[in-house]
Amino acid sequence: MEKVALKDSGYRLKKAKILHTKKMTANEKFFEIALRENSPLDHEPGQFIMVSLPGIGEVPISVCSSPVKRDSFDLCVRAVGKVTRSLHKLKAGDEIDIRGPYGKGFPIRILEGNDLLIIAGGLGIAPLRSLITYILDNRRDFGKVHILFGCKEPKEMLFGDELEDWNKRTDLHYACTVDRADPDWAGNVGVITTLIPGVDIDPIRTFAAVVGPPIMYNFVIKELLAKGIPENQILLSFERNMKCGNGKCGRCQIQNLYVCQDGPVFHYERIKNLSEAF
Amino acid sequence: MEDMQYVILKKERFNDFISRLSKMQKLIAPVSKGYNNFAFEEVSSGSDIALKYIPTVLPLKKFFMPQRETLLEFKMAKGADAEAVVELEPMTIFGAHTCDLAGIQCLNMVFSERPKDYNYLTRKNRITLIGLECNEYCDEYASCHLVNASFPGGGYDLFFTDLGDYFIVHVKTQIGDEIVDVTGFFEKADVSHMNDLERLRDHKRKVFSNEVPIESKKLPELFDKSFRARVWKDLDERCLACGNCTNVCPSCYCFDIRDELDLSLKNGVRFRIWDSCQLEPFARVAGGINFRKERSARQRHRYYRKFRYSVDRFSRFFCTGCGRCTRTCMAGISLKETLNELIKESEDRVWKKWL
Ligand SMILES: Cc1cc2nc3c(=O)[nH]c(=O)nc-3n(C[C@H](O)[C@H](O)[C@H](O)COP(=O)(O)OP(=O)(O)OC[C@H]3O[C@@H](n4cnc5c(N)ncnc54)[C@H](O)[C@@H]3O)c2cc1C
Ligand code: FES
Repeated sequence: MEKVALKDSGYRLKKAKILHTKKMTANEKFFEIALRENSPLDHEPGQFIMVSLPGIGEVPISVCSSPVKRDSFDLCVRAVGKVTRSLHKLKAGDEIDIRGPYGKGFPIRILEGNDLLIIAGGLGIAPLRSLITYILDNRRDFGKVHILFGCKEPKEMLFGDELEDWNKRTDLHYACTVDRADPDWAGNVGVITTLIPGVDIDPIRTFAAVVGPPIMYNFVIKELLAKGIPENQILLSFERNMKCGNGKCGRCQIQNLYVCQDGPVFHYERIKNLSEAF
Repeated sequence: MEDMQYVILKKERFNDFISRLSKMQKLIAPVSKGYNNFAFEEVSSGSDIALKYIPTVLPLKKFFMPQRETLLEFKMAKGADAEAVVELEPMTIFGAHTCDLAGIQCLNMVFSERPKDYNYLTRKNRITLIGLECNEYCDEYASCHLVNASFPGGGYDLFFTDLGDYFIVHVKTQIGDEIVDVTGFFEKADVSHMNDLERLRDHKRKVFSNEVPIESKKLPELFDKSFRARVWKDLDERCLACGNCTNVCPSCYCFDIRDELDLSLKNGVRFRIWDSCQLEPFARVAGGINFRKERSARQRHRYYRKFRYSVDRFSRFFCTGCGRCTRTCMAGISLKETLNELIKESEDRVWKKWL
């Protein structure tokens, strides 16, 4: 068996350098990363990349910065296993390899001009931050913007400074809640669905973008439908086990859809009847 | 080449042909491995080859998509670039049945769909394919007619049909034509040879018929109605989740990707390796949630990938009717039986509506 170099390989890696890291919580770490020669990643909000540590493995991670930022991009990684724990050991100046971006992100062209209700549960804020920062970079192209954020406890809150900033802005509406308060917490307590009835929206011109743990979806969707948002205006991003990102390995398949290529962002209308979706 | 499309090879020249062919490049053909067991292996003479064989244990995908293949080579030194590679071996495969040719056609579609998989596509282009017709059914497990794979449907360079004293050979491609030319053992086919072939095909049309009582074009519809069928529950209790059925399937291509370092810990490879949607961790994500936790859901997924999803995506069945999954299943799960059950259940539903 002969081994030859394969220029067109779908598994070819691009070298990238970590510019900056920040410990965000006990389990999540923030990375700012630049490709060689600062060439742009050229992603769409909601897309993901495969992050490689040769010798250890490869994992799908959402890009969590706006594509308007061209010189570098951001990731927010939760340490859960082999690759993500090893990523947490890296610091500014270290190199990683990536491939991508992959998948279909949020349909920006369709969202422009409409109102947006953005709902993030926990780590779901990562892919949504690419959308939110993109909207803020192009604020006048979008209608009203509501952001609802929920997490288990105040100490698990990600991007705290930015949430604070969003809270202060006059060109968007922001609300957050925690499942369990701690003594310093003065805000809302309760699951994220409790925030939905209170938002003032015109359902016909509102698109909802929802990302969170699987269990959140059923409850949130019910509330959104109750608000009168049409099914094709609800966007969800799915997490599945992924190995290739190329629609081949079969890991991410939900019935006849491949989350890595057909998603990870889906219109609710398209996937609502797929029994393996939720 | 049009009028040269059919040639014949007399049986007495078969061994010479095979020897010659094996000298051109590595030659693979079905060989006997004990009672009713066959494998595709390297051969150098015609006598090695089992001309009458039931589907081999592993299908041809093992050459097109090796069980384990290197995708990247890397050095652990800082700043070193990983190199993307493909493993290649030019070869000729002789004796592929129509079910196995269909399997390769399925894989071709998958790996040439964007984003294209050049590891597969580069390797595929180095493999010459010579088909061999089944004049009779191999055994009772086959269901090739149901999925339109009992007659030659392309996907080969040359196609052999055994007509007693000689083979009639369909020359489909330039590569096939060159083999005919270079080996030099073939003669032009005349009308009598063509008539012999037509007679065999007529005979086959009588022998081969849909192995389960349903029209092929109704299969997708049957599956549309069967997502919650009882059969899946039944399979849940029987399936051992060993993954044998997907390993031996000519059109199953799911894989895992892993990294491995050599003993010096300085160099490593990333490789892909056959995986199976029948195994429990396949669809499990971080946090332990598993979207196809039940064996019933995993078996159902396998069947839907063969008879329903592939119809949407590629306009064809991904079952080639070879019967391997049934032959290999330790729990005796039979594809034909499952389809029969689905048909029965859907008929029961129709009856219930009327009662
Ligand atoms: C589209 C997409 C976007 C994602 N974005 C982010 C993100 O922005 N930040 C983040 O921290 N995480 C993200 N994830 C999840 C992240 O990919 C997994 O946490 C990671 O793959 C786990 O790998 P590991 O080697 O650290 O863990 P492992 O040691 O491999 O396993 C730990 C657990 O994770 C499961 N798992 C293994 N591989 C995968 C996989 N490829 N996908 C999901 N689960 C897997 C295992 O079954 C096991 O339960 C995303 C996943 C997807 C599919
Ligand atoms: S990750 Fe391999 S098919 Fe989607």
